[in-house]
Amino acid sequence: MSKLPSTRSETVFVDAKPGYSPVQALTEANRCLYCADAPCVQACPTGIDIPEFIRKIATDNLRGSARTIFDANIFGMSCARVCPVEVLCVGKCVYNEMDVPPIQIGKLQRYATDAAFARGDRFFEAGPDTGKKVALLGGGPASLAAAHELRRRGHACTIFEQAELLGGLSTTGVAPYKMKADRALEEVEWVLGIGGVEVRTGVRIGVDIGVDDLLRDYDAIFVGLGLGADRLLQLPGGDLSGIRGAVDWIAEIKTDKAPLDSVRRALVIGGGNTAIDTVRELRGLGIPEVTLAYRGAEAQMSGYVHEWNWAKVDGVRGVFGAQPLEYLGEGGAVTGVRFAKLDAERQPIAGEELSLEGDLVLLAIGQGRLGALLSETEGITLERGRLIVDEGGRTGNPKIFAGGDCANGGKEVVNAVDEGKRAAIAIDTALCGGEAA
Amino acid sequence: MSTIVSPDLTANCAGIITPNPFWLASAPPTNSGDQIMRAFDAGWGGAVWKTLGQPIQNVSSRFGGLHYRGTRGIGFNNIELITDRPVETNLREIAEVKRRYPKHGVIVSLMVESRDEWRDLIKRSIDAGADGLELNFGCPHGMCERGMGSAVGQEPKLNETITSWAAEFSTIPVLVKLTPNVDNIVPHGLAAQHGGADGVSLINTIKSVIGIDIDNYVPLPKVDGRSTNGGYCGPAVKPIALHMVSSLGRASEFNLPISGIGGISNWRDAVEFILLGSSSVQVCTEVMLRGYRVVEDMIEGLTEYMQRQGFANLSEMVGRAVPNLSEWGDLDLNHETVAKIDPTSCIGCQACVVSCHDGAHQCIHPAEDKNVRVPVVDESECVGCNLCEIVCPVPGCITMAEVDNGFAPASWNQHAEEGLRLRPKKGVHT
Repeated sequence: MSKLPSTRSETVFVDAKPGYSPVQALTEANRCLYCADAPCVQACPTGIDIPEFIRKIATDNLRGSARTIFDANIFGMSCARVCPVEVLCVGKCVYNEMDVPPIQIGKLQRYATDAAFARGDRFFEAGPDTGKKVALLGGGPASLAAAHELRRRGHACTIFEQAELLGGLSTTGVAPYKMKADRALEEVEWVLGIGGVEVRTGVRIGVDIGVDDLLRDYDAIFVGLGLGADRLLQLPGGDLSGIRGAVDWIAEIKTDKAPLDSVRRALVIGGGNTAIDTVRELRGLGIPEVTLAYRGAEAQMSGYVHEWNWAKVDGVRGVFGAQPLEYLGEGGAVTGVRFAKLDAERQPIAGEELSLEGDLVLLAIGQGRLGALLSETEGITLERGRLIVDEGGRTGNPKIFAGGDCANGGKEVVNAVDEGKRAAIAIDTALCGGEAA
Repeated sequence: MSTIVSPDLTANCAGIITPNPFWLASAPPTNSGDQIMRAFDAGWGGAVWKTLGQPIQNVSSRFGGLHYRGTRGIGFNNIELITDRPVETNLREIAEVKRRYPKHGVIVSLMVESRDEWRDLIKRSIDAGADGLELNFGCPHGMCERGMGSAVGQEPKLNETITSWAAEFSTIPVLVKLTPNVDNIVPHGLAAQHGGADGVSLINTIKSVIGIDIDNYVPLPKVDGRSTNGGYCGPAVKPIALHMVSSLGRASEFNLPISGIGGISNWRDAVEFILLGSSSVQVCTEVMLRGYRVVEDMIEGLTEYMQRQGFANLSEMVGRAVPNLSEWGDLDLNHETVAKIDPTSCIGCQACVVSCHDGAHQCIHPAEDKNVRVPVVDESECVGCNLCEIVCPVPGCITMAEVDNGFAPASWNQHAEEGLRLRPKKGVHT
């Protein structure tokens, strides 16, 4: 696996939520009410038994605590850092009901899982060989979680990834103040430590290998391809330098040193979580003036309110009701964007425009869908490029399963892990009738 | 509004009069004159000096703590013995303390063996200015192996004999400190009474092993890889102490004043001991863990309580809860309560559900609607055990409501002896 350069841009960031010391973890763990049928568990897509792992921290059964977490979610270490706990487990903590600060579940989970990583603990072994082979398309959390679960059940796995690095957006997309790429790669190695997972990087599906070939050579296919490239705007001036997709740019700061020395003003177009991450990262990298421009109202942003609030604390300016009309440039480089002002119905207000300066313009308006790669495959149904699956990740083709962003349209790591795991169980049922060998 | 009259906190326990009922128990906090004077400055009304006797040699370590869910020292034990300082030094400091603090109570704890030793030490303590004596018949570790401490307290005849010597030699009040390491405290209190004591103090510490170093298989506290049983104290022992104090308070033939001891950590604990018959209270562990300053809240809390309840002085309070203690057989079996959950304050933790299902009578259930977190009480099955009220983290959310079942009061004794009718049992599932 490629080594990440130590000069990469993300290294300047420090953790927004630093890890607990032992005494901090004990103090917080002892506050947990150990609810029955706990709302926090219900709010976790992977259904981690949160009161149980917290109780085990409190009793100094740290290995047991980590086992409880990883048994439900093999990406428990990174999910502890990147999950939007404010709207999931922590948001549902019953302490909120009595206006007492909720239990910091993410930080406790990080404490238990970091300790397991630090000790090099392993908890799971591959099951007895079933003789069945599964191909997993894409090397992100969905495929890795599926592969891990399949290995526990004894099925041989091969992961096909077009990039050189595994981990998908966990490696190249997570805001560096939550987790850095080296930690994500460490987790990938740890997950693959179960053994028996062949990894083939640099392989493009549909170019280097066809779906029909895979259907022929494997007993089942799991599709965890994630999303495609950033969507760009077809506007005048689109060929100026300094205009990029946000996901692409984030991948660069996480895996390389991004050229930012001459950037004074950055402009990010979009109102979702990628846009918010991008503006916070730009500020963190020292860009003096960072503006987020969104065509809707502030309250309509699809990004998390708590994250946007932090962005404002970081000094990011928000411009709302602004629809890009054209890129402005000078000498072949972008210098700004001209916008139409929109009303509450997102209709242009006649004669009202504004221009914002920017020598770096990043577009965070969504990513392409990769479903087209399978559009010709029998039994596959797409909806706006997204693969349609049931709760077990089953497509209309009995050999093809899917999960993660390519099926859910773009959610959290924790959703991808859950969907990958559930698909693995469904694959196991399809291959072996659900009887663990 | 009634006029607020500041209640009189003056305590009189067996003729030992102190500005308030809060005494330091005989222990490390009363090891020296310097400490006791600082304690009196902080507000303590009296102090029982660390037990005088033949000075001993102590071990390292000496203390063990019982911690629970992040709270340190809910229980505590020690294997320290009586004073390790010369008698002369202690007596000189006692005299100095009494000279500087004439209104505060200095009670001298004593532990020696022969009649002559008792006579000598009692005389010298009185000469030093002591306000009272406390005979240490309670220490359950070390000294009892040498025939003193709880070895005396566990033998009523020995207790009575030595008490009678002290009563004979003393011109000041004599308290006998009782050990809880007995099956029934009453004969031991009566032994002190028959020996001529002016009062008793209880409880001393309980024989205990506080814990084990599970990596090295050594009980705690560790003394070079070994340990011994210690004396258990701290908040966790309070219920045992309250029971023993109340046993003496209820015993009709026992009529000595009581100085209550055992896990008293705050004013509320002190009130409980007083309501069960204590005319002074003694504190050690809370001071060892948090210092003399805790007395400020004790004094203020007791004062506020007395004002709220309308007590003008302590004697109006002493023993007020004793008449409400009875034998189980005299409790009203027809009194019925059921749990009520206040849906507006319930936070939906469902701790009551799991406790009721696993630890009680399976009558609190999750609501049928999965979106509703407030549990439902099946009142037809609820036995009124109040486990749910105990586990509920929201004060006042679960209450036990009385049910009018139409049955006249009837105790087991009344049922057995007079044939009074009992209500049908609930939750039996025959």
